[in-house]
Amino acid sequence: MNTGGLDSIILTLVTFTPAIGALLLLLIPRRDRDIRVFSLIISLLTFGASLHLVARVHRWQGGFWYEIDKPWISMPNIHYHMGVDGISMWLVLLTTFLTPLCVLISWKSIHERVKEFFILLLVLETALIGVFTSLDLFLFYFFWESTLIPMALLIGIYGHGHKVYAAVKFFLYTMVASVFMLAAVLWLYAKVGSFDFVTIQNAIRTGQVVGFATAAPWLFLGFFLAFAVKVPLFPFHTWLPDAHVEAPTAGSVLLAGVLLKMGTYGLLRFNLGLFPEQSRQNAPWICTLALIGIVYGALVAMVQPNLKRVIAYSSVSHLGFVVLGIFSFTQAGLNGATFVMLAHGVSTGALFMLAGIIYERKHTYEIAEMGGLATPMPKYATFFLFITLSSVGLPLLNGFVGEFLVLSGAFQANPWYGAIGATGVIWSACYLLWMYQRVFFGKVTHAENNSLPDLDSREQLALWPTAVAALVMGVAPLLWLNIIDPAVQVALTPFAQVVSKAVGQ
Amino acid sequence: MNPGQMAQNIPVAADYVRILPEIVLSIFGMAIMVLDPLLHEENSQKMLGGIGLLGTLAGLVSTWIMAQSPGLAFWNMVRADGFSVFFHVVIIAIAVVLILTSYEYMAVQRIRAGEYYGLILLGLVGMCLMSSAVELVLIFIALEISSISTYILAGFRRRAATSSESSLKYFLLGSFATAFFLYGVALMFGATGSTNIDEISATLNAGNVSTLAYVAVALMFVGLGFKVAAAPFHIWTPDVYEGAPAPIVGFMSTAPKAAAFAVLLRVLFEANAPGRFWLIWISAALSMTLGNVAALVQTNVKRLLAYSSIAHAGYILVAFAAKPDLGAPAIMFYTAAYGAMNVGAFAVVSHLANAGERYVSVDDYAGLGRRSPVLAGALTVFLISLIGIPITGGFFAKFYVFSAALQSNLVILTVIGVINSAIGAYYYLRLIVAMYMREPQEEVPVTSIPFPLAAALAIALAATIDLGVLPESVLRFVQRSGQELVRQERMVPLQQTKASEITAPSR
Repeated sequence: MNTGGLDSIILTLVTFTPAIGALLLLLIPRRDRDIRVFSLIISLLTFGASLHLVARVHRWQGGFWYEIDKPWISMPNIHYHMGVDGISMWLVLLTTFLTPLCVLISWKSIHERVKEFFILLLVLETALIGVFTSLDLFLFYFFWESTLIPMALLIGIYGHGHKVYAAVKFFLYTMVASVFMLAAVLWLYAKVGSFDFVTIQNAIRTGQVVGFATAAPWLFLGFFLAFAVKVPLFPFHTWLPDAHVEAPTAGSVLLAGVLLKMGTYGLLRFNLGLFPEQSRQNAPWICTLALIGIVYGALVAMVQPNLKRVIAYSSVSHLGFVVLGIFSFTQAGLNGATFVMLAHGVSTGALFMLAGIIYERKHTYEIAEMGGLATPMPKYATFFLFITLSSVGLPLLNGFVGEFLVLSGAFQANPWYGAIGATGVIWSACYLLWMYQRVFFGKVTHAENNSLPDLDSREQLALWPTAVAALVMGVAPLLWLNIIDPAVQVALTPFAQVVSKAVGQ
Repeated sequence: MNPGQMAQNIPVAADYVRILPEIVLSIFGMAIMVLDPLLHEENSQKMLGGIGLLGTLAGLVSTWIMAQSPGLAFWNMVRADGFSVFFHVVIIAIAVVLILTSYEYMAVQRIRAGEYYGLILLGLVGMCLMSSAVELVLIFIALEISSISTYILAGFRRRAATSSESSLKYFLLGSFATAFFLYGVALMFGATGSTNIDEISATLNAGNVSTLAYVAVALMFVGLGFKVAAAPFHIWTPDVYEGAPAPIVGFMSTAPKAAAFAVLLRVLFEANAPGRFWLIWISAALSMTLGNVAALVQTNVKRLLAYSSIAHAGYILVAFAAKPDLGAPAIMFYTAAYGAMNVGAFAVVSHLANAGERYVSVDDYAGLGRRSPVLAGALTVFLISLIGIPITGGFFAKFYVFSAALQSNLVILTVIGVINSAIGAYYYLRLIVAMYMREPQEEVPVTSIPFPLAAALAIALAATIDLGVLPESVLRFVQRSGQELVRQERMVPLQQTKASEITAPSR
């Protein structure tokens, strides 16, 4: 579906606007204010450009939109092939939506090496958008790896505490896992002669790949490992709390909001898209890991003394829902998984911003140092409550829709999955509300907290969009689901075939 | 051909054009040697360095002229083809960066010796000749020319004992290794009755492969394995690299290595050496693993990069185990990318080392990101490229090597390589972490960047990033010339007709 003109270059424009902005930032003199304003303008321009994707979207239509396919390197056969469907388009939008907020929230908290910070942030944005728009496996890997360095530097330079340890751990975990994906990608290229996602997919479906039957389980694992570490799925999650706690606020927002979704998106697009049969065979243990992640993440979150760690472990739990939804292979499950990705991006992004705001004032995340904050900071408490409720999954807010769909999909696949998964919703209410109670309710436990200033207008400006998005997503989820659903149906076609094959026999 | 016939043949002009770069470089090299005693010692450095630079640029131009008339020269001893042109350009370009880096380095270290630049150019002659020679005896002579000048260059920090140690160690072990190579050449002559690579190839392809040929290949591999610092012949590398002057290490780890890889390509692929697979397989696996694991614990940046160069030799050897038509282009691309990034990294190391190479430990790099964003940024790009992360040449280099290996069904070796490149990420990252995320413990002086060094860094950076973003043109070139190299069955008759063409007019 290519109407030419702006539609054919819009993805390139959205992807590379931040990178061009980063290049221009190199040339701007070191006046911190100018740099901040410039970064904000660039990120808003990117967001504006990405709105074009929604404006021109063709509802009820599967397949890829806004495609651009140009040869980049001829030997090996690498194409600059980009395109989005209903799933990846929303993830692109999530990225462009969160980045301006990251710029706003870092306005004052970053006061050293400001220029480098915003350069890294914008480069990271380009890499993240690139991951979601690439349809060439090589290009995908290219962007995938490109996210590593800016994120690691953001954590390692601008973080606090054991920031270097966290940065190196983050880097090594994801780097080691993704080389296995590279090996799998190279194997596919060696057999198919193309990196093009659609071409490889067709070759696999029509059985033209020599030796695929024996290699497929390993290829599946190669991709799976890279994505599972990124999600992070239960036994691979240990880098996440460290990275989150030590990262600067903007780093946490993008890490939780978008970076983790690279993993779930990868599972959905590549593991399901390329290896449907292996996905089905491996689904039981993957779902088990996802369920363990849901419950374990929630239980661990409950006992954390540190605000950011609570949110970090809540991510482990919520992302477990996404994986469960994806590997339920049901329409509701996949729709829900995609919706949880978006909802989690908005609400956890907002939670990290809120945690960052209190850190700017108190220079600690320890819950014990807070208590009764609702009295000195009423606006802050209100925003926090609203976002907490959306994260808990209160009906009419964004968290509810996705989790409900995932659970109904999981019930269809296996009632046990649904039953155990449903406890996760209860757990998340426990730890989030308990945390809220300890931080905000009661008397002010520390006298110095009485003088904490409430939100200023810049902070409110950063928080309002997330609150509005949480509400709109909760009230009118069909605005999103109508676009997601056709893509999900396309993703599920091979599974329908597998089922019909099984029934036919 | 018989010797009597050869004596009648007088080389024609085309023969000289095909070794024009070597001639030009020799003339400039000798001119530096002659001018050195005539100039006033105080200001001779700049002048001689300038002549050296001019010589390398003239070398590049003459390589272009050489490329216009491909073919065999000097009784089938030298072949000017796409392959040799490629290595000429890589090697001479590395030397350009080296000379630009050396200006400041020599001044800071207060080494006044004009022969330094002369030796570089003469060493280049040997390396260039290595890439175009197709006659084992000539290859040996070229190898010696290149080696002897690098032995001396390694000892140029005369005031430092480590430098003398480095030079002596390199010399002793190096001579030992070249003896192995020569022994291999002799046995190969015994096995096939020729020292010409095309004739050897024809004999071996005809099916008469004696046991002697296997031994010969193994011995030649030992000799060349030493030159490229492949395990288990790598023991000399860390000590030599630690002691030698930093710019020379950057040079040693790239240019002579590129030349030695060119020879290996000729010997293993063009001559279709028998029994090479497991030799290479084991050496590649060992080099990658030992190099990366040992690099993990290094605190001296030069030693760290020494072990890293062993590991990179291992990655390149992976492609030697692949099918020739896939492996050769991957190897050529890798040597170019590795040349760009490593010589660039050493340019930064040379600048920071300061007088007497005092600051070469990882701790000295702490906080560099704040004190000199430009140097730290440049070094970061080179290190990212060494790790193999996108938008740098190192990424595509690794990518082509591993994809060539997988297309040849070398799954286990690829997996070893892929795991190793993940291990490798750690120690390069340590340096990046030190630069950006750690506070300096001791006040390490950072001097401003002089213009020649800036030019050197700009060249290396441009090459590293160009190979990582737009590798198309280089890739096409290595594809064409690499496949030309391995297309044996067509080369043999073609080359025989060429030989008769050369003899005809002179009669």
